Amino acid sequence: MANLAGYAYLVAAICFIMALRGLSSPETARKGNLYGIIGMLIAVITTIAMPSVLSYGLIISGILIGGAIGTVIALKIQMTALPQLVAAFHSLVGLAAVFVAAAAYYTPEAYGIGSPGKIGVGSLIEMSLGTAIGAVTFTGSLIAFGKLQAIFRSAPVMFKGQHALNALLGLLLIAFVVWFCTTQEPIAFWAIVVLSLVIGVLLIIPIGGADMPVVVSMLNSYSGWAACGIGFTLANTALIVTGALVGSSGAILSYIMCKGMNRSIINVILGGFGAEGGAAAAGGGDDDRPVTSGSPEDAAYFMKNAESVIIVPGYGMAVAQAQHALREMADQLKEAGVKVRYAIHPVAGRMPGHMNVLLAEANVPYDDVLELEEINRDFSSTDVAFVIGANDITNPAAKTDETSPIYGMPILDVEEAGTVYFIKRSMATGYAGVQNELFFKDNTVMLFGDAKDVCEKIVGAMD
Amino acid sequence: MDKQQLLDKISELSSKAEGLAAQADALAVQAAQMTGTGAGEVVSTSGSPFLFLFTAFVLACFVGYYVVWSVTPALHSPLMGVTNAISSVIIVGALIAAGPMDMNISKIFGFLAVMLASVNIFGGFVVTNRMLAMFKKKERKG
Repeated sequence: MANLAGYAYLVAAICFIMALRGLSSPETARKGNLYGIIGMLIAVITTIAMPSVLSYGLIISGILIGGAIGTVIALKIQMTALPQLVAAFHSLVGLAAVFVAAAAYYTPEAYGIGSPGKIGVGSLIEMSLGTAIGAVTFTGSLIAFGKLQAIFRSAPVMFKGQHALNALLGLLLIAFVVWFCTTQEPIAFWAIVVLSLVIGVLLIIPIGGADMPVVVSMLNSYSGWAACGIGFTLANTALIVTGALVGSSGAILSYIMCKGMNRSIINVILGGFGAEGGAAAAGGGDDDRPVTSGSPEDAAYFMKNAESVIIVPGYGMAVAQAQHALREMADQLKEAGVKVRYAIHPVAGRMPGHMNVLLAEANVPYDDVLELEEINRDFSSTDVAFVIGANDITNPAAKTDETSPIYGMPILDVEEAGTVYFIKRSMATGYAGVQNELFFKDNTVMLFGDAKDVCEKIVGAMD
Repeated sequence: MDKQQLLDKISELSSKAEGLAAQADALAVQAAQMTGTGAGEVVSTSGSPFLFLFTAFVLACFVGYYVVWSVTPALHSPLMGVTNAISSVIIVGALIAAGPMDMNISKIFGFLAVMLASVNIFGGFVVTNRMLAMFKKKERKG
């Protein structure tokens, strides 16, 4: 029986790999998702069919309650709230890992790892890892959710001695793990849990709102390693393999996000905008240089007569819910014979790939949506760059101003375009606290107003 | 036998019994570990059961690395959705904990974990499907 289960778990793991493989293109992606569902079904049914699993009523009710909640939330959530949803879901995996570890601790014979008080040291270490990472993921994800949902302020929470405190708590955690592995006392187990919950909070609060893409990816990774740790504890290959897949996935996404901001992961985790104590950037605030401002009607006329337009969306577009009006504008431009494409910066939005989903939701064909590497060279041969809701990712100071906090960050070369239209509500500075040098260039025209509003006016003017 | 010899004999027997009990304990742990990891009587040339699992882990990391790098950046959000859903395969551990008929604390933990994991499984796959359904190709004219 154990062997049959082993084969079934192997098939499930293969299905999960196929699910990830399907995401190499939108055509194969939906089939990939189906593989994932099949793999999960195989894993669950195999486990329920085990001779030791008998309380079917309880289990079915648990699955149905949880399933109903999950389905309703997933069907009703707005795509702009996707980052929060993902963060909240990660917290559930973390908590589930802690509970499973606790179950293994109190009833180890159910998993064949010993008897209460006499669990092998190897299993104890694995259990500690799974528990600690799970608890960190739980509270860390809750804080991330709060920041994304604007329940907590998104600004970094920093205080003196923060790094020293975190280091101290890390050492204390190691001490607790040693304590637990030598004595196997319940109090040691729960001490690990409580300390990890605290560490999870302290790890995420110093990270600011616009660094959330890295944080969400990081927590995605942690949830995978937590599952892995539990997998080792229970000697279950499905858990280990799946946990490793998820862990690597999150790690790669975190790396891509950090490259997109040109900051190291340590830099992001330790908080602030790279500086100790989170100092605000120099040079923010009032800047009296003149900017050219224009009207939506002028922009409509100019763009209609252009040959090519590249649209640069950012998180501000999502906040203003302007993606549908934007697509209408793009459709009208296309009808007028203009070539329209979209340029996505890796850290646009609050989650990797967020902008792509929002544009897809607005029925933008995905062939028109290009990543930074694919499209950056084309700005110099493009008539109009249309920046909506993005700011720091277009700031040329990243290339020229060594004192700028965003120095070195890869940016979209919008200033190379013939004309730049920049939608902004006012001249206030963006997240980085730096003024965007782009505004003061000769070929930039500011369109002041709410993103959705401006787009609708442009659409109206083009009719 | 006189009283002293009897007492000596008793203490000798009781220390022997202690020794045997300790041995039985150790064997119980071993037996439990062996059935748990399914190593059985297999004599392996590549090391302990932990090493099998660790091998699977390392290989899975490599597979994950290459598979995830091949995911197109446009689909990074669905990637997060799917990985979140499949990480809930931890429900397997939860089901085993909630499985036995008699009530104990592990069963409660197991039940809670089953619920949490189910939220993720259903929610994760449904939201990923929603996202993927939105990605449309350019309409071909004519």
